[in-house]
Amino acid sequence: MGLWDALTGRSKPVQANIDSLFSLPAAAITLQTTSDFTPTGVGSVCFRAAEGAAFAQANRDLVELLDNDDDPDVEQSTDSFGFTWLLARQSPDDLPALVTDLHTVNTSLEAQGFGPSLLCSLVGFTDQGGRRLGLVYLYKQGTFYPFAPAGPAGGSGRQRDNLLELQVRDLLQGDLPVEPKLDRWMPLWGAPGL
Amino acid sequence: MASTRFINDRGLTARMTLVMFLLGALFVAFVVVLMGAAANTGYGGLIPVIGLVAIGFAWFQWYNSDKLALKAMRARVVTPEEAPELHGVIDRLCALADMPKPRVAIAYTDMPNAFATGRSADHSAVCVTTGILDRLTAEEMEGVLAHELSHVAHRDVLVMTLAASAGIAAGMLTRGAQYGMYFGGGNRRSNNNNNNGIPFWLIALVVSLVVYAVSFFLTRLLSRYRELCADRSGAFLTQKPAALASALTKISGEVAAIPTKDLREVQSMNAFFITPAISGMGMRTLTSTHPSLEQRLEQLAKVSAELGKPMDGGFGLGPGR
Repeated sequence: MGLWDALTGRSKPVQANIDSLFSLPAAAITLQTTSDFTPTGVGSVCFRAAEGAAFAQANRDLVELLDNDDDPDVEQSTDSFGFTWLLARQSPDDLPALVTDLHTVNTSLEAQGFGPSLLCSLVGFTDQGGRRLGLVYLYKQGTFYPFAPAGPAGGSGRQRDNLLELQVRDLLQGDLPVEPKLDRWMPLWGAPGL
Repeated sequence: MASTRFINDRGLTARMTLVMFLLGALFVAFVVVLMGAAANTGYGGLIPVIGLVAIGFAWFQWYNSDKLALKAMRARVVTPEEAPELHGVIDRLCALADMPKPRVAIAYTDMPNAFATGRSADHSAVCVTTGILDRLTAEEMEGVLAHELSHVAHRDVLVMTLAASAGIAAGMLTRGAQYGMYFGGGNRRSNNNNNNGIPFWLIALVVSLVVYAVSFFLTRLLSRYRELCADRSGAFLTQKPAALASALTKISGEVAAIPTKDLREVQSMNAFFITPAISGMGMRTLTSTHPSLEQRLEQLAKVSAELGKPMDGGFGLGPGR
């Protein structure tokens, strides 16, 4: 934001940067070859539902569009912070299809002027030992970061496997724009798709 | 090009820019008038010095604003481990707004309030009281925090400090002129007995009192405009103007209900609070640091309407139709 906008008190909502999401399939291959992690075929988009009729309508159209095919229907849920999650399932081998689903959410919301509502999207990975890893895409920054909750799925423990997260960051640095500021790697406890 | 629902409030921007321009002009006029008056009394060199000292004082206040404000409120900076929910909300808002995360502090007082402070986005802190945490729901709290983050993004501490510098200079000179009255008054009579003009200290006193009064009203006016801007940007950030509106309604009622005596000590902090702690009467609308609840709710209703209306060709173009 420019100084003039700041001085006149007009901080505009930041538009989402949705293009980098497509570098995800390439990064998944890197992850598969250099480590044990494979995609789970589950991904989700997190956004802030605006109040009013316009958003409700946009949301309805969006879900209808995504459900209008043969793959499993999307699941919608709201987390404790008041953000809405749309969860999409595809075959674990077909990551591009999953990314296309996620991208449909982005473009539909953007077309209705709700681009600033997009917070992040998450694609799940897992390894033989059952460790979970989420690659989180921050829309406003246009960067990815790894989020690896330690412990079993659905467990109440809130610990992150920081070592794994840093390893994944080093593996993916060439394929993805990785978020350089570690304090932006916010935890997403209980996020759908992990 | 992505479409946006954000519409500039040109009227508000124009009014605010005018007030800021007037405050700048006031400062310049103050220095020029005093220099003109002082030129033939030999005090001419003193005036720019007073101006510089005032700016230096304002700079010091601005530079240390986060430490001073947190200390004055006896607030404590909390880590994500101590306040995970609060940090989680602020993490998400900062990611949405693409801004650096401020430090988070909690003040242990029952008065429901929140404020933002700090010289820049990188050196800022957002403070909430335990009173507001107890009273508001998570959604309302998020609206309040978005309002405070907008203050940080708009650099309101800098703007308000600059705006106050004319008033600070005038206040300092009023004090100085009072001393000059005792000390310079007798002196002048013996030295410049032939000079029939009004003594310089009297001109200085009158001019600085006038400047102080004008600057007082203008800074308060500017402060109210900045609050409206922060409400607006905060509502666009969370996309839930209704949550902020309900939070404002809740705390405005409660702040007024608490006895004034407890609130005296926080008086100097009022400019950056979300609702003012003093319930003044009489000149209230002119001297208040915050706009009235009605004004704020009216603006939030407008934001709500902008968020709720369909875009061009919006409805009815969905799939399967």
